[in-house]
Amino acid sequence: MSGELKKEQVLAIIKNKGNAKEKLLSILLAIQEASGWNYVDKEWAKLVATELEIPLTKVYDVLTFYAMFSTEPRGKYVIEICKSAPCHVAKADSAVQMFTEELGIKMGETTANNLFTLQYTSCFGACDLAPVVKIGEKVYGHLTREKVAEIIKTYREGSRCLK
Amino acid sequence: MSKIMPLISANCGKISPASVEDYVRAGGFSGLQKALKMPPTQIINEVKKAKLRGRGGAGYPAGSKWQQLYEIKHFPKYIVCNADEGEPGTFKDKLLLEKDPLRVIEGMTIAGYVFNAHDGYIYIRGEYAALQDDFQAAIDSAVRAGYLGDKILGTDYSYHLHIMTGAGAYVCGENSAMLNSIEGKVGRPRVKPPHLAEVGLFQQPTLVNNVESFANIPTIMQIGGEKYLSYGTVDSGGTKLICLSGNVANPGVYEVPFGLTLRDLIYDEELGGGPSGQKKIKFFHLGGQSGPCGFLSQLDTPYCYQALRDKGLSVGSGAIVVMDESVCVIDYLKAVTEFFIHESCGKCTPCREGNKQIYALLDKFAQGTASKEDYALLQRLSTLLAKASFCGLGQAAATALSTCLKNLQAEFDAHIEGRCPAGVCFTKQESGEQ
Ligand SMILES: Cc1cc2nc3c(=O)[nH]c(=O)nc-3n(C[C@H](O)[C@H](O)[C@H](O)COP(=O)(O)O)c2cc1C
Ligand code: SF4
Ligand code: FES
Repeated sequence: MSGELKKEQVLAIIKNKGNAKEKLLSILLAIQEASGWNYVDKEWAKLVATELEIPLTKVYDVLTFYAMFSTEPRGKYVIEICKSAPCHVAKADSAVQMFTEELGIKMGETTANNLFTLQYTSCFGACDLAPVVKIGEKVYGHLTREKVAEIIKTYREGSRCLK
Repeated sequence: MSKIMPLISANCGKISPASVEDYVRAGGFSGLQKALKMPPTQIINEVKKAKLRGRGGAGYPAGSKWQQLYEIKHFPKYIVCNADEGEPGTFKDKLLLEKDPLRVIEGMTIAGYVFNAHDGYIYIRGEYAALQDDFQAAIDSAVRAGYLGDKILGTDYSYHLHIMTGAGAYVCGENSAMLNSIEGKVGRPRVKPPHLAEVGLFQQPTLVNNVESFANIPTIMQIGGEKYLSYGTVDSGGTKLICLSGNVANPGVYEVPFGLTLRDLIYDEELGGGPSGQKKIKFFHLGGQSGPCGFLSQLDTPYCYQALRDKGLSVGSGAIVVMDESVCVIDYLKAVTEFFIHESCGKCTPCREGNKQIYALLDKFAQGTASKEDYALLQRLSTLLAKASFCGLGQAAATALSTCLKNLQAEFDAHIEGRCPAGVCFTKQESGEQ
């Protein structure tokens, strides 16, 4: 798998965020983002534990408690569909269907080319645009079939440009 | 006359968010200027006179909370702003953080001055990552302009603000869980007492208020507590940011004075504008998933703390989710319960297991296999969760359920008889027959 973080990069993130116990969450989030595959590898978690002088179990405690973390590689783009009640009544189910059909995968799965992971999330405060998805920091609302196709297309092309 | 009253949202969309010049031109930082010349006790008195109640959900009087912390003579004290905004259906703190961050900063700085705190923390949920950088930019420009940082406005008072991030956990909105999370730990709630005013962040006396609560402080300083109170009702001072979503014509955030009726909020053309589709409204959910559901017979209740409370309703976070007749109450409550199952931190049994049991029972209704006993069991479980859960999450997880059990009993009965009035449940069997 390409895009793996090197030790120096992880150390640089820790230095940048500040080598302090209170920075654990923001360090792990930054590592996850830099990973390219939206996860925190065990080796990096170990490194963080050593650097911050906290037990590895505590780092894992945090990694498994908070919903935004993954300890397994995910797609390059994680598509998070909100399924909290306000979105649910605004037909979040239909958004799920549009994405699963467009990508040919089920919820929780990753596409064969590792580009997209589809998953559920709790409300992220965009209920007035329901149904909504979040991809990284970007929020897309008022989803229709055309819009979903457009979004996927943009990300597919964007990733091709990167290469 | 307009029903919208932009007191604290007046700048939103009108100024460049991180621009101190813009903010000052709009009257910003005049509250801080004034406060720095006042003795802290007088500031607390203004907040008390304003009858400002906490906007994070619990509605605790801010003045009393400030008084209690003031009386504790142990330093350092910390100021914490709760920007976890996790209640589904709530997106008003986001508006303030995004469009008028300097107002939140000013409010937190006035609080810092009152308690002679030198550090304040704002805990912004991880899902609002895009916003964290912009908020930092606002902090930096306030520091550069001398409204924050060392020796504020030439006084001897210094105060620094730090942004902390969440990482996706609703329970971290609970104030003691949030403090654990700020300390870099898992966000499970703490045993109280001791209260956070005594043993809070890093074991020090701490003030925790919501974003919107802090955003009100500069206004209260500018116009005075009495004037602020006069915008609302006798027990609920000022205005509230409400968040409309669901099957409503005009979803969004609106600032309204306390005292309008629920009917105004949901149906007025300037506000909710009524249902979004052809169907009539069936019920609505107030204050987030942890709040009660309201029904058509309650539409004339004034929107303020006491009047809602008298009817078993509540302001909570300010969320108002509207459901029309296409929504099945069982299906809706399943979505609500799923949220709590996912967000329960697992520390105590009533919440961890109770929510799963509730979901299983609701599913029996949805499958058409429920009986009268299951209805009674749901009633018992909802009482149990409220009474035996360790923190506010579990205590409130079945609030919506219990209000619906009472007010929409006919719909539960219909499911027992094998009918789903909204046509949402049993669809599989029906389509199979066609
Ligand atoms: C499970 C749970 C979640 C909460 N989430 C939030 C939240 O997201 N934002 C918030 O301001 N308060 C939240 N609260 C309320 C806080 O515990 C606390 O009462 C509030 O931050 C105090 O500020 P206020 O008095 O200004 O409202 C939550 C409470 C519970 C029990
Ligand atoms: S009620 Fe108990 S299990 Fe539920 S969130 Fe609170 S402490 Fe955790
Ligand atoms: S309920 Fe979906 S974003 Fe809030």
